[in-house]
Amino acid sequence: MNGAGTPPGEPTGRDALTGAHAGRRRRRRGRGERAMVPEAEFSSYYGRPVLHRPTWKAVDIAGYLFLGGLAGASSLLAAGGEATGRPALARTAKLGAAGAITLSLAALVHDLGRPARFVNMLRVFKPTSPMNLGSWLLAGYAPLTLVAAATEVAGRYRPAGVAATASAAVLAPAVATYTAVLICDTAVPSWHEGHREMPFVFAGSAATAGAGLALACVPVAQTGPARRTALLGAALELGAFAVMRRRMGLAAEPLGTGRAGRLLRAAELLTAGGAALAAGAGGRGRGAAAVAGTALLAGSAALRFGIFHAGVASAEDPRYTVIPQRLRLEARTGPAGG
Amino acid sequence: MTDGTTARRADADDEAIRAHLFSGPQPDVARAAGHIDPPPRMGFFTDTSVCIGCKACEVACKEWNAIPEDGLELTGMSYDNTQGLGSDTWRHVAFIEQRKPLGGQEPGTGHEHVDVFAAARGLGASPASATTPAPGAAPPGAPAGEVSPLTPDGRTELRWLMSSDVCKHCTHAACLDVCPTGSLFRTEFGTVVVQQDVCNGCGYCVPACPYGVIDQRPDDGRAWKCTLCYDRLGVGMEPACAKACPTDSIQFGELEELRERAAARVARLHAAGVPDARLYGEDPGDGVGGDGAFFLLLDEPEVYGLPPDPVVTTRDLPAMWRHAAAAAVSMAALAVAGFARRPR
Ligand code: SF4
Ligand code: SF4
Repeated sequence: MNGAGTPPGEPTGRDALTGAHAGRRRRRRGRGERAMVPEAEFSSYYGRPVLHRPTWKAVDIAGYLFLGGLAGASSLLAAGGEATGRPALARTAKLGAAGAITLSLAALVHDLGRPARFVNMLRVFKPTSPMNLGSWLLAGYAPLTLVAAATEVAGRYRPAGVAATASAAVLAPAVATYTAVLICDTAVPSWHEGHREMPFVFAGSAATAGAGLALACVPVAQTGPARRTALLGAALELGAFAVMRRRMGLAAEPLGTGRAGRLLRAAELLTAGGAALAAGAGGRGRGAAAVAGTALLAGSAALRFGIFHAGVASAEDPRYTVIPQRLRLEARTGPAGG
Repeated sequence: MTDGTTARRADADDEAIRAHLFSGPQPDVARAAGHIDPPPRMGFFTDTSVCIGCKACEVACKEWNAIPEDGLELTGMSYDNTQGLGSDTWRHVAFIEQRKPLGGQEPGTGHEHVDVFAAARGLGASPASATTPAPGAAPPGAPAGEVSPLTPDGRTELRWLMSSDVCKHCTHAACLDVCPTGSLFRTEFGTVVVQQDVCNGCGYCVPACPYGVIDQRPDDGRAWKCTLCYDRLGVGMEPACAKACPTDSIQFGELEELRERAAARVARLHAAGVPDARLYGEDPGDGVGGDGAFFLLLDEPEVYGLPPDPVVTTRDLPAMWRHAAAAAVSMAALAVAGFARRPR
């Protein structure tokens, strides 16, 4: 890097810090974090971020990620419950899917400001924009869940209800995982660097959320599939999350620090604990099942909020933009001159 | 050229255009975006070595584009109170103070060795500036025309870097790629422009831009950025900032020609003893396929608040969709496995 710093012993002449120098900072990483790249000094423009932080509101967009996952997994459980003769499971899951997707659309529209603005996204079909594809997906999926829930409540038009439930289940895994692509397809270091594993993290997190809702609301006799789904989902989520953190390099740091770090630690505990409880005692008592279900729901929500905040933090600190890019550049062209 | 070779060349171009739709060198951005027979690609070459930090570009941009006032905040960090690009700042002059000599510049701020009265008496008699030491009278260690590492009295050196930042009008523009409404589009000049009547304020473009350029206005959430004065280009005028720049630090023109001019300028600066001079964003092989607005810098890009090695996020989008598809299949399989036992 350049030699803008003042060598020791040299008279400085004036006290004001110079631009590049003021941006150089050393930071200690959070306790318990493994050093993934050597602690590096870096230059920045007076410490200001290179990127603009996402302007999305946490409640709206992290909530949207969570509710989309909950809806997707619920649609799968609804179809399964219907196919295997578990009416209470099917009913809860259908209502859960419809409610969650409605709320998630409300969150999205709230973030946009006006309902009419959602329609702007349907004026084109644009495969390079995950948000555009997601809008088309939701435009197809949300009505199906509403039909499924409405026929369930009305107790009429069963064939239409069965068809809607089955069709919603076909779209459901895409609904639950496209949101990972949505956030990873940005320049935000702690999102983009996880783009390989994030869809798996979201798939697992969605499964635990859907299973959690079923465990909390369905009589124990019909929750067998939900308990197994919770266990498998938790394994997928926690496994993929661990792999992701290891592979992200410096961009993993914001996942372990500050508000994001606290949320993600809570998410891991709640998900692991909820799944263990569901598998162990969830089949015996309604109380244990409800506690397990609530923990799983909370764990899934905490995960989405944690990842959201980690991304925002990584965009706000130039170090996560500059250092990995600088290392990449130097690996390609040799150390910087100047 | 015969019709046959023209056609063959067009075919080869078409192939290159298709091969690099998402990343890599893209020979013709406007044609790749569907424009038929577009004019040459236009851009900016911002030569920061001659920027004097006057901010005429910032002002001209605000004036011409009727950008709302966005408050005055004294940052205390430098003479830069604009701070950065945003929805209401489409040109931003960065101001950096460093302890480092500027090549070609006579170092030091002290002029104790200059007899101003003697110099004043010589005014008009000699074409040289009053404060330039005569070739024979240069202080030791600083031969005339060369840079000395230290001032004669041993003080450290100081330099000011000024650079007018702007939207890079990337060859592969992440903001444009992710925009779900089609509000952001590629003009026939190869530039990237927001259509304000289509933008729905989703804000996706904001974190997608690897340079932190585009941003939402707080009032109604729609996104705004430099249009490279699309309205002026349409009637054959140069953008307001380039027009206003008194030192030609901001040069506007056909991108091809600007690249040649920039290469020559770097070579000249290197020859003049400014080894720090380098181009930023001019390489069509870089992570965004090269910028439509590129720069000559005198230090590492990050010193100016620019990312050292930006990559368009869309480069990885196919991989993201593949992983998402695999994850979706796993999720379906997981649910099936959940139901795979006999009903209980
Ligand atoms: S610099 Fe940012 S806002 Fe400008 S074209 Fe590139 S991605 Fe878009
Ligand atoms: S905020 Fe406007 S310009 Fe930006 S991605 Fe959304 S619709 Fe497109």
